Amino acid sequence: MLLIHCPYCEDTLPELEFTYAGEAHIARPADPSALSDDEWRDFLFIRTNARGPHYERWRHIGCGRFFNALRDTVSDRFLTTYKAGEARRPLTNEAAE
Amino acid sequence: MSRYRISGKGRVDHSAPVSFTFDGKTYRGLRGDTVASALLANGVHLMGRSFKYHRPRGAVSAGSEEPNALIGTSRGKGQFEPNTRATVQELRDGLVTESQNKWPHLSFDIGAVNDRAYMLFSAGFYYKTFMWPKSFWDKIYEPVIRGAAGLGKSPTEVDPDRYASRYLHTDVLVIGAGAAGIAAALSAAQSGADVTLVDENAEMGGSLLSDPAVQIDGKPAWDWVEAQLARLRAAGVRLMTRTTAIGYYHQNMVGLCQRLTDHLDNPPANAPRERMWRVRAEQVVLAQGALEKPLVFDGNDRPGVMLAGAAQTYLHKYGVKVGDTPAVVTSHDSAYFAAFDLADSGARVAAIIDTRDAVRPDLLEGARKRGIQVLSGHTVTTTKGRLRVKSVRANPVRGTHVGAGRDIACDCLLMSGGWTPSLHLFSHTKGSLGWDAGSNTFLPDRKTEACEIAGAGRGLWGYEAVLADGAAAGLRALEGLNRAGHSAAFTVANDRPGTGVTHTELPTDGNPGKAKAFIDFQNDVTAKDIRLAVREGMRSIEHVKRYTTNGMATDQGKMSNINGLMIAADALGKQPPQVGLTTFRPPYTPTSFGAFCGYLRGDTFQLTRKTPIDPWAEANGAVFEPVAQWRRAWYFPKAGEDMHAAVLRECKATRASLGIFDASTLGKIEVAGPDAVEFMNRMYTNPWTKLQPGRCRYGLLLGEDGFIRDDGVIGRLSPDLFHVTTTTGGAARVLTMMEDYLQTEWPDLDVWLTSTTEQWATVALNGPNALKMLKPLVEGVDWDDFPHMSCAECTVAGLPARLFRLSFTGEVGFEVNVPARHGLTLWTALMEAGKPYDICPYGTETMHVLRAEKGYIIVGQDTDGTVTPQDAGLDWAIGKAKKDFVGKRSLSRPDIVAKGRKQLVGLLTEDGSLLQEGAQIVLDPNQPKPMKMVGHVTSSYQSTMGHPIAMAVIEGGFDKMGETVFIPMPDGVRKARITSTVFYDPDNARLKA
Ligand SMILES: [Zn+2]
Repeated sequence: MLLIHCPYCEDTLPELEFTYAGEAHIARPADPSALSDDEWRDFLFIRTNARGPHYERWRHIGCGRFFNALRDTVSDRFLTTYKAGEARRPLTNEAAE
Repeated sequence: MSRYRISGKGRVDHSAPVSFTFDGKTYRGLRGDTVASALLANGVHLMGRSFKYHRPRGAVSAGSEEPNALIGTSRGKGQFEPNTRATVQELRDGLVTESQNKWPHLSFDIGAVNDRAYMLFSAGFYYKTFMWPKSFWDKIYEPVIRGAAGLGKSPTEVDPDRYASRYLHTDVLVIGAGAAGIAAALSAAQSGADVTLVDENAEMGGSLLSDPAVQIDGKPAWDWVEAQLARLRAAGVRLMTRTTAIGYYHQNMVGLCQRLTDHLDNPPANAPRERMWRVRAEQVVLAQGALEKPLVFDGNDRPGVMLAGAAQTYLHKYGVKVGDTPAVVTSHDSAYFAAFDLADSGARVAAIIDTRDAVRPDLLEGARKRGIQVLSGHTVTTTKGRLRVKSVRANPVRGTHVGAGRDIACDCLLMSGGWTPSLHLFSHTKGSLGWDAGSNTFLPDRKTEACEIAGAGRGLWGYEAVLADGAAAGLRALEGLNRAGHSAAFTVANDRPGTGVTHTELPTDGNPGKAKAFIDFQNDVTAKDIRLAVREGMRSIEHVKRYTTNGMATDQGKMSNINGLMIAADALGKQPPQVGLTTFRPPYTPTSFGAFCGYLRGDTFQLTRKTPIDPWAEANGAVFEPVAQWRRAWYFPKAGEDMHAAVLRECKATRASLGIFDASTLGKIEVAGPDAVEFMNRMYTNPWTKLQPGRCRYGLLLGEDGFIRDDGVIGRLSPDLFHVTTTTGGAARVLTMMEDYLQTEWPDLDVWLTSTTEQWATVALNGPNALKMLKPLVEGVDWDDFPHMSCAECTVAGLPARLFRLSFTGEVGFEVNVPARHGLTLWTALMEAGKPYDICPYGTETMHVLRAEKGYIIVGQDTDGTVTPQDAGLDWAIGKAKKDFVGKRSLSRPDIVAKGRKQLVGLLTEDGSLLQEGAQIVLDPNQPKPMKMVGHVTSSYQSTMGHPIAMAVIEGGFDKMGETVFIPMPDGVRKARITSTVFYDPDNARLKA
């Protein structure tokens, strides 16, 4: 069972308190009607499926907040977590620590 | 005194006899015995039959890796356990045990005919034999295989035992309490760190308990162990015996299964049988030692053939001589000590057959002193004996030439093919293994967790080396905690260091194709099977494993893994590390389901949510059904009524006068704030801007993919306050979805979302007399301006209430919400006030029938996550003028507007029979199979109209009104006509009454 850091509670807590919520940094288009069918399909269904570091969203059931995380899908390790709305964290060595 | 017990020897209590039965016969053992040691003390080697060939088998080990001696144990009603390892199960008074895989009895078994049909049952047998003819599978092959397969019998009764769960946080967890583990714990404990030391055995000490002649720091091994355990206890170290580390998970979480009562004669009432520990450790030290490998030769599975180290353990821990005239075959020095110890205890060792040409001089001297002949440079080509080994054939080997053999009489054969570091838990962490060519074994390489590996698990041999390594590992663990300690040194006398070589199957002078040289004893996999698998094209070790079933038995390849690998590598012409090991997965040893379940069974499996009105329903004879986690009243039968009669009565009473229904489980969410209406416009398909306070509307919620997610009536109580209702099961999901959009897509909206499901009790009143009955109880509502789809904050029966006028039945209807604590009061008041109208309480089934008669859908029953509003006939609920809402863009996707989508329609059967929900629908019942299925029945009920009604999704259903479709069922094909989904009062005349 993983330990996950909630950036809102600022606490590291067991995985049981969290749920996965899909890939991160896929913003809903401001005007969906302006998108072509293919563009809308890509927004709906096309995901990165990364092998390695993956930007994803989690929800802390305890406080109810959604947040972003960078998790390595090979080692299943959280490299970092940060608040919703914050810019994508770069893939630096720092993040990997 | 049992025949093979040595008086006064071992750690068993010679003054405490314990009686038990095996296959109906009573035996006597001693306190401290395992079932295996007690049977061996009685001269019983035959303990079971193998899985495929039903070959007679005895205990090959003395520990948890045992593949052969699997028994059924029984402690009472419902307390039968199959596949218990006789080498682990401690004796207790009155224990009832039985052997497995035998018929009619252990010494004469019909299934052993498989053994003579050996050539037929080779690798890949299942894949090849049962392919043809296909029609034989269901009728012949599968029943026969199912009948013959399986290890032991499954228990048939509910397990009455209790199982417990605990969490533990500790600084250092040391797994394995042999020499290395004890040394590591001593190191770790010196600086005040919280240390936990666990061992799967009944006693700590590991192999030191089987090597009493070893002296550490001047003390005999057993005394040293006792003194160190006392030191650890004094230092506050948690010592846990009978505790198996079953799995090593992320971030140093280790699962421990502790066996608490199976060894007790009279377990305390209600004491848990096992306890599962979920341990989070800062540092882990793996000191699990090494497992001895068998040698691979014809007849290596005969009862009486066992690992040399096991014989040594039976001798020293249990005072049991496994035979009077043991022979030994080995490729490792360690087996010499087993031979010496047995000789010193009065056994006449027939010979030590060593596959190596050169033997260490001190070992040769030890043998000479005891009068034991050593045949170096020899192989074993076969064993003889029916239910017990009688002789072993030893042949000299010169290069590739196997010379003439000679039979050596013996009553047991001790073998050692060397030792495999026990790295299962390390492998659970995905730590990588490196091949050590010197010792021909895999050793831990790159680590992924904060763990140390110590002792024989790192390929070390001899107590001095192992103790030093354990102490160092404990120190490194301390450093990981940023603590410091002193290094420790141990002096060892009478140490037993050793080395060995690793073989494939041993060379033979016979036909290798006929040899039954076993690798995986439990699954009856032979060396020949591995080579056949490679010949037939298996290249990956994972394929070899699955084709042959090598390593797939309950011992998880603990004994077979390396032997299988060596032979596969040889057959492939590769080096072992190029072939690699199969993956080890938790649990380390078989673990009871009870331990995993812990407290989560029966009433405590999951919580049961009950409404405030539930006590009334229970007192009034309701039959309940589970809906999500709720317990809901299903129907209220009167004396003599079955479900059908009760539901029909409830339906008719509601349609005729007045019904009352507990709707408290409806999900409720309060959407409040200046931007509430904007938020609602974006979330739901419907337009909300023009909905006036005091009015309500049916709301439809889609996913972004355009499919229906939820629905419910939503009231606007004030310009910035919406009372949203959701389906019973969807409440949490809908709130999460709303929160997701609010937090991450539209954080600029000034809206608050609050779950109020459990804050309100909700009572629905439906029927032509609902308004008349309710009116006198209500204060604060202007009845002249309270039409269908209105809402108001008011009082009902003197209680503060939110009153909704809406209908899920087609009759005039109301939903009265009061604070949950008043729910029962409200219900009681309404029941009293409804007496003049013969008010009838009804349950969920009547609710379903009444809504289906009106064609109202249940999300999740009539929809399945692939149904759009158009498919469900709910276009009218879409705010066409709205520029955007969740899912809107998807409603014009090409596959959503395509022809031929499944659409929700009504069905009426021609013969008036009731359809089955889920039944598949076809257009032509005479078409060849497999038929083209065009949809399925989603809802089906007996109705108040004298005939059953159904709803279904059917491809292009809206264009097929009036057409006939067919529903093939096992007892014949039903014919049904496609209709509208609204069966009752299509003009809604009754709502306006
Ligand atoms: Zn939080």
